[in-house]
Amino acid sequence: MKYSVNEQGYYGDFGGAYIPEMLYPNIEELRQQYNQIITEPSFRAEFESLLKDYVGRPSPLYLAKRLSEKYGANIYLKREDLNHTGSHKINNAIGQILLAERLGKKRIIAETGAGQHGVATATVCALKGIECVVYMGEIDMARQAPNVARMKMLGAKVVPATSGSKTLKDATNEAMRDWINNPVDTHYIIGSVVGPYPYPEMVARFQSIISIETKKQLAEHTGTELPDYAIACVGGGSNAMGMFYSFLDDESVKLIAVEAAGKGVDSGHSAATSVLGKEGILHGSRTILMQTDDGQVVEPYSISAGLDYPGIGPQHAHLHKVKRAHYVSITDDEALNAGLLLSQLEGIIPAIESAHAFAYLEKMQFKADDTVVICLSGRGDKDLETYIKHFGF
Amino acid sequence: MDHGLLTTQMNRLNQLFAAKHNNLLSVYFTAGYPELNNTVTIAEALEQAGADFLEIGFPYSDPVADGPTIQHSSQQALENGMNLNLLFSQLEELRSKVSIPVILMGYANPVVQYGVERFCKKAAEVGVDGVIVPDLPVYEYETLYKDTFAKYGLSNIFLVSPQTSADRIRKIDELTNSFIYLLSSSSITGNALQVSDQVDHYFKRIQDMQLKNPTIVGFGIADHSAFAKACEYNNGAIVGSAFVKLLAGENYIERIPEFVKSIKGE
Repeated sequence: MKYSVNEQGYYGDFGGAYIPEMLYPNIEELRQQYNQIITEPSFRAEFESLLKDYVGRPSPLYLAKRLSEKYGANIYLKREDLNHTGSHKINNAIGQILLAERLGKKRIIAETGAGQHGVATATVCALKGIECVVYMGEIDMARQAPNVARMKMLGAKVVPATSGSKTLKDATNEAMRDWINNPVDTHYIIGSVVGPYPYPEMVARFQSIISIETKKQLAEHTGTELPDYAIACVGGGSNAMGMFYSFLDDESVKLIAVEAAGKGVDSGHSAATSVLGKEGILHGSRTILMQTDDGQVVEPYSISAGLDYPGIGPQHAHLHKVKRAHYVSITDDEALNAGLLLSQLEGIIPAIESAHAFAYLEKMQFKADDTVVICLSGRGDKDLETYIKHFGF
Repeated sequence: MDHGLLTTQMNRLNQLFAAKHNNLLSVYFTAGYPELNNTVTIAEALEQAGADFLEIGFPYSDPVADGPTIQHSSQQALENGMNLNLLFSQLEELRSKVSIPVILMGYANPVVQYGVERFCKKAAEVGVDGVIVPDLPVYEYETLYKDTFAKYGLSNIFLVSPQTSADRIRKIDELTNSFIYLLSSSSITGNALQVSDQVDHYFKRIQDMQLKNPTIVGFGIADHSAFAKACEYNNGAIVGSAFVKLLAGENYIERIPEFVKSIKGE
């Protein structure tokens, strides 16, 4: 358990709860209650039943034969794209709505970048009949219009974040402001392993179902539950943390986290936080973030709205610092090409976020008997317009 | 207990609280807004108009506790080129012209990047009397930063909201030696205080705790009636967004005396 959180909410040097006093009672309530609530038998039973019957879990672990042939290794895809609502985001949303219900909250707020977390949150709110408000950057609302429509159809109110850069970080600021103004009746469903403690830990635990299932399924496929490599893309880092969580103490498993290099790490249009970032405080935790020398947060860039975030979760910052996981980056073009390749080799169109993880296969040297698991975190339907524009279909 | 060298001299803020107990007015503005180099001019005008102390904001790109007015001023100040080095040089000049206490207010990340020790040292050197870092919570302050603040005779000024428990208020009262920043409601800045029985009840509850530090009310103080309500139970109040709005208009320096009078009800 050497990589897990301590009682004060820190992963090594990172984490904590850097929040204004107005949010302290909310965070304290969560800190004191979440662990007990989510380990209660009645919670476990409802969570597991919804994951099975509503989300469609376990998601398959699929041996991608043609992709394996191309790269000379045994490559398995963890099919989070087949979940209800099309990505891994629903795992956390289900967990948190059940928690909010047990905390007696009457109203849910969330932030969203690409819209996948917003859709997942709107979905579980519809399922439970709870009011839902989703903050989304004005620019993201324009580039992810179908997801805005989906949220509205599910009964959520979508509020544009018009401050700052009008993208994910500003949507997160707006959601935090809403929570400050509505501290008693509202629960904030954070969509990634970011934010003040206990959020990073709570979200990681809800997403850890990804690696728990992977271990079991890999044992069925290969006779051993440990792969040589586990690969996932990282924006804030929730699907990666879900994919890494159960392998953290198995040091033989090499963990690879793929960030978005955008137009290139040195282009000035990038979201490669582990390369471009420095230690500091963002959205309530001490972590690594992209910032100026004066400590102002820098606006990141990636073609994929889900990776377009200037920080990484505090546990990722720790895994990076102690070198337990290897942080690499992939450009827009490399990701789009990998998305096309997966479509044509395996008949699977991935989300551009997930395509970043696949693109890194090109840069690796495998031994013929290496076992690789990749988190296919979401499906590409939402990105068709971007693919079409790029490839001219 | 060793609280460092400088605490033996009472700072301007403690002197003020020792001399005046009621109707203290503090005014907040964001350094570098609307123009980069008018920090000293605004401060002088506020002192002359009768403000008792000043709260000067150093801007941050992601101010989560602030409403649209102060967010906008922060963004504009950053675009104008404001940073901590420049602000400290302005404050050095300010101290030769302005004698009322000055508090710096800003978010944790710029302080961490500047270096907490360097920040405290510089702040003490240029004559800053207190610091408010709203996203620096009690636990982190106590374990990581308190000793450094104390070494330079500074203490972080903590916020207290209507949801803050009595135990925690006691703890905050122990940790600080300037004043308690009492939030008028659970809200970001710029949402006007709604005068109600609930507010009276909340202020009364705090008053009955007989804290060792003065209580100054902030957030939502936009006019004389809110100021008077806050001062009925507390030592004073801070006006922020309402003043920043004035700075957005024409001839703002000339309008400062009238603004301060209107808040005080003179």
